[in-house]
Amino acid sequence: MIDSIDTSLIDWSRAQFALTAMYHWIFVPLTLGLAVVMGVMETLYYKTGNEFWKHTAKFWMKLFGINFAVGVATGIILEFEFGTNWSNYSWFVGDIFGAPLAIEGILAFFMEATFIAVMFFGWNKVSKGFHLASTWLTGLGATISAWWILVANAWMQYPVGMEFNPDTVRNEMVDFMAVATSPVAVNKFFHTVLSSWVLGAVFVVGVSCWFLLKKRNQKFALASVKVGASVGLVGIALTMWTGDGSAYQAGRTQPMKLAAMEGYYHGQNGAGLVVVGLLNPDKKTYDDGKEAFIFRIAVPNLLSLLAQRDFNAFVPGVNDIMEGGYMLKDGTVALSAPEKIERGKKAIAALASYRLAKKNKDQATADSAYAVLQSNVAYFGYGYIKDVHELVPNVAITFYAFRVMVLLGGYFLLFFVVILLLANKEKLVTLKWVQWIALLTIPLGYIASEAGWVVAECGRQPWAIQDMLPTSASVSRLGVGSVQTTFFIFLVLFTVMLIAEIGIMLREIKKGPQTND
Amino acid sequence: MLLLFVQGGNSMLFSLPKDEEQRKMMVNSTGRKWEFTFTTLVTFGGAFFASFPLFYSTSFGGAYWLWMIILFSFVLQAVSYEFQSKAGNLLGKKTYQTFLVINGVVGPVLLGGAVATFFTGSDFYVNKDNMTELMPVISSWGSAWHGLDALTNPWNVVLGLAVFFLVRILGALYFINNINDDDFVARCRRSLIINGGFFLVFFLAFVIRTLVADGFAVNPDTQEVYMQSYKYLINFIQMPVVLAVFLVGVVLVLFGLVMSILKKTFDKGIWFAGAGTVLTVLALFLCAGFNNTAYYPSTGDLQSSLTLANSCSSLFTLKTMAYVSILVPFVAAYIFYAWRSIDNKKIDAEEMNEGGHAY
Repeated sequence: MIDSIDTSLIDWSRAQFALTAMYHWIFVPLTLGLAVVMGVMETLYYKTGNEFWKHTAKFWMKLFGINFAVGVATGIILEFEFGTNWSNYSWFVGDIFGAPLAIEGILAFFMEATFIAVMFFGWNKVSKGFHLASTWLTGLGATISAWWILVANAWMQYPVGMEFNPDTVRNEMVDFMAVATSPVAVNKFFHTVLSSWVLGAVFVVGVSCWFLLKKRNQKFALASVKVGASVGLVGIALTMWTGDGSAYQAGRTQPMKLAAMEGYYHGQNGAGLVVVGLLNPDKKTYDDGKEAFIFRIAVPNLLSLLAQRDFNAFVPGVNDIMEGGYMLKDGTVALSAPEKIERGKKAIAALASYRLAKKNKDQATADSAYAVLQSNVAYFGYGYIKDVHELVPNVAITFYAFRVMVLLGGYFLLFFVVILLLANKEKLVTLKWVQWIALLTIPLGYIASEAGWVVAECGRQPWAIQDMLPTSASVSRLGVGSVQTTFFIFLVLFTVMLIAEIGIMLREIKKGPQTND
Repeated sequence: MLLLFVQGGNSMLFSLPKDEEQRKMMVNSTGRKWEFTFTTLVTFGGAFFASFPLFYSTSFGGAYWLWMIILFSFVLQAVSYEFQSKAGNLLGKKTYQTFLVINGVVGPVLLGGAVATFFTGSDFYVNKDNMTELMPVISSWGSAWHGLDALTNPWNVVLGLAVFFLVRILGALYFINNINDDDFVARCRRSLIINGGFFLVFFLAFVIRTLVADGFAVNPDTQEVYMQSYKYLINFIQMPVVLAVFLVGVVLVLFGLVMSILKKTFDKGIWFAGAGTVLTVLALFLCAGFNNTAYYPSTGDLQSSLTLANSCSSLFTLKTMAYVSILVPFVAAYIFYAWRSIDNKKIDAEEMNEGGHAY
C-alpha cells in the first residue's frame, strides 16, 4: 500500500486544488466587495429617488454579474474536489466538515441565487423597496456563504468540537457551536470578508479613475470613488485589526505557521517582527546550521506582542518547535517532533489493536488499546509523517507572501485616505498621476488577497487538518495521469474563462453607465 | 432532477427555436433559473458530504472521471449564460450556446447513469482498517476507467437516456409556462410527443428490468450484503407507501405531458410533471436504500457495499442537519415569493427588446 501512492500524486492533487482555489479567489472577493458598494449606491437611490444613483448602481451590478458567474463555476469544483481528490479526508472528517458545506448551500446559496435574479430582472417588476432588499440580500447571501466555508477552513486549521471514534475510524462532531464559532473561524471570517471589501473598493476606485483619465462620466466616477474609497477605508482599517487577530491565533494554535511567516528559526524572549528581509536561499532545512537571512530589518519585541500580547514573551521558532523542550502556556514541556511522531504511531497502532480485538470479541484488549489510543490521539496525524523535515512548511513562500500582504495592506490604508481627501475636494478630477496610480492599484488588490491565502494554506503544511491528518494521508487513490489531465483541463478552462471575463468587463466598462453625468 | 429542466431546455437550443429571437427567449427563460440548478447541485454535494461521507469519499474519489466530466459540463454552463451575448467574450456567441447544449446533453445523461449505479452497482472496495497504514486508502476503485466503466453497463445508459428525455420534457413544459410566443409554444408542444415517446421507452425498460433483476439486500442481523432475486420489486411490495408515491409520481408526469400535448391552452404541465418527477425520484431513492437494501452496491466486493447504516454520519451530525432542515420551508417560501414576483409576466419578444438586463 505504501508503494501504491507516490508523492507526485499528492503534489498534483495539491496543485489542482491550489489552482482551483486561487482562481476561485480571483472572483469571490470582488463579489463580496462590489455587493457592499452597489448596496450603498442603491440605498442612496432609494432614499433620494435620484435616477443618477440607480444608473450608477446598475453599472456596478453589470460588472458584478459578469464576475459572479465565474466565481460560482469555480466554487462548485472546489466543493467536489474534496471528494474526488481527497477521499480519505472526506471520510476521516466528513462528519464535521460536511455540515458547514451543506448549511452553506441551504442558507446562503439559495438566498444568493434567488435574490440575484430579482436584482437583475426585477427593476420594473418589483417595488423599489423589494428591489433594494434583494440587492442587499444577494450580498448577504454571499457573506453568509463566506461564513460557512470559512468555518470549514478554520476547522482544518484549528480542529475543535469533535472526538475520534475508533469504531467508525473517523472524527465525529460533538459540539456544533464550538465548530461554528471557534475564535479562529470568527477572526478568519471578518479578516477575509473585510479584506474583500478592500479589493472591491480598489476595483471601484481604479475603474472610476479610468473614467476620470478619459474625462468621461466625471460625476459618476467621482461619486463612485467616494463610495468605493469610504467602503475601502472602513474595510482596510478593520482588516488590519483582524489581521492582528489572525497573527495572535496563529501564535496560539499554529506556532509553526507563525514561525514560517517570520522566517524565525530560533525562539527568544522579546522576539522582533521582520519588516523587510531577504531569506538566505542556501538554507534548505531547519537543522542545516545556515543563517536564515541575508539581511533583515526588524522591530524589536513586536512579534512577542503580536503572538503573545506581551513584549517580553517567549515565541518559539522552527527549531524550538522541532526540538521541543520549551515551556508551553499550560505549564507542560513541548515535545520534540520525533516524540510526537512516536506518539502518533502509538495511536495508530492502538487503533489497529482495538479494531482487531473488537473483531475477535476480545473486550479486555480492546479496552486497553482504547486507553492507549486516547492518551495519544492528539498526535494521531504525526503517525503518518515519514521524515521530521516534512513538518516544516515552505518558509520562503510563507515569509514573502506574508510580507506582500502586510505591506500592501499598509499601502491601501494610505491610498484610501489620500483618494478620499482628493475626491472630497474634487482635486482628483485634475490629478492624472493619482488617477494612474489608482488604476494600477487594481492588480495589487488581487495580489494582496491571494497572498493572504498563500500564507494561510502553505503555512499550515504538511497538515490537511492540523496535527490530525497530513495531506499525504488525505489523498484519493488515483492514477497520477488522471490528476495531471484534469489539472491541465482546469488550467485551460479557468484561463479561458478569466480572459473572456476580462474581455467582457473591459467592453462593458468602455460602454460606461447609462448616464451622461 | 426537477431543476434539470434547465439542462433539458438547453439541449434543444439549436433544434427547438425557429429563429434567433426565439432562441434568445429560451436562453433568458432558463437563464433566470440556472443558478437554482447549480445551487441544488452544490447543496446535493454538501448534503451528501454531511450525511453520507463514505459515499462522498467512495463515489467522488473513485468514479473520478464520471464526476469530473459532469463538473466540466456544469462549469461551461455557468459562464455561458452571462458571457454568450456580451461583446468581447473571446469565443463568440455560438460557442457559448454550444456549451449550453453540451451541458444539456452530458449533464442529464451522466447524472442519470450515476443514479442507475444505485441499482446496478459499481466496482469499488472499502476497508476502513487501511487507515492504520502509513499511506492510507479507505476507498479504491476497481476499474482504471474511474467511473466511465459505468457507461459499459447498458442499463446505466438506459436510465441516463430516460433522464435526458425526461428533462427535455420538463424544459419544454417550462417554456410553455414561461414564454409568451404562440409559434414557439406550439413547437414546444410538438417536441413533447417525440421526447415523451423516447422517455417512456427508456424509463419503462429500466423500471421493468430493475423490478425483475437481482438486488443488493442486507441481512439486518449480520449486516452481510447478498444478492436477492426481485429485491426491488419486493421493496415496493413491502413498502406500499413508497409504491404509491412512485405511482402517483409517474401518473403526474404523464398527466402533465399528455394534457400539454392535447390541450393547446394548458400551460400548467410543468407543475404536474415537476411534482411527479420529485415524487418518482424520491420513491426510487427510497427503494434503493430502505428495507435492508445496499443503496450504493459494490460489484467488486459485495461486503464493501454502502448501506444507510454503514456510510452515514454520526447521530449528532444528522440531528444538527435535521435542525437546519427546519429552515427549508422558510427558504422555499422566499424562493416562491421571489420567483412569483419576477415571473408574474411571461417572457415575450417585447421584453427582450426593452434594453433591460438580458442574456
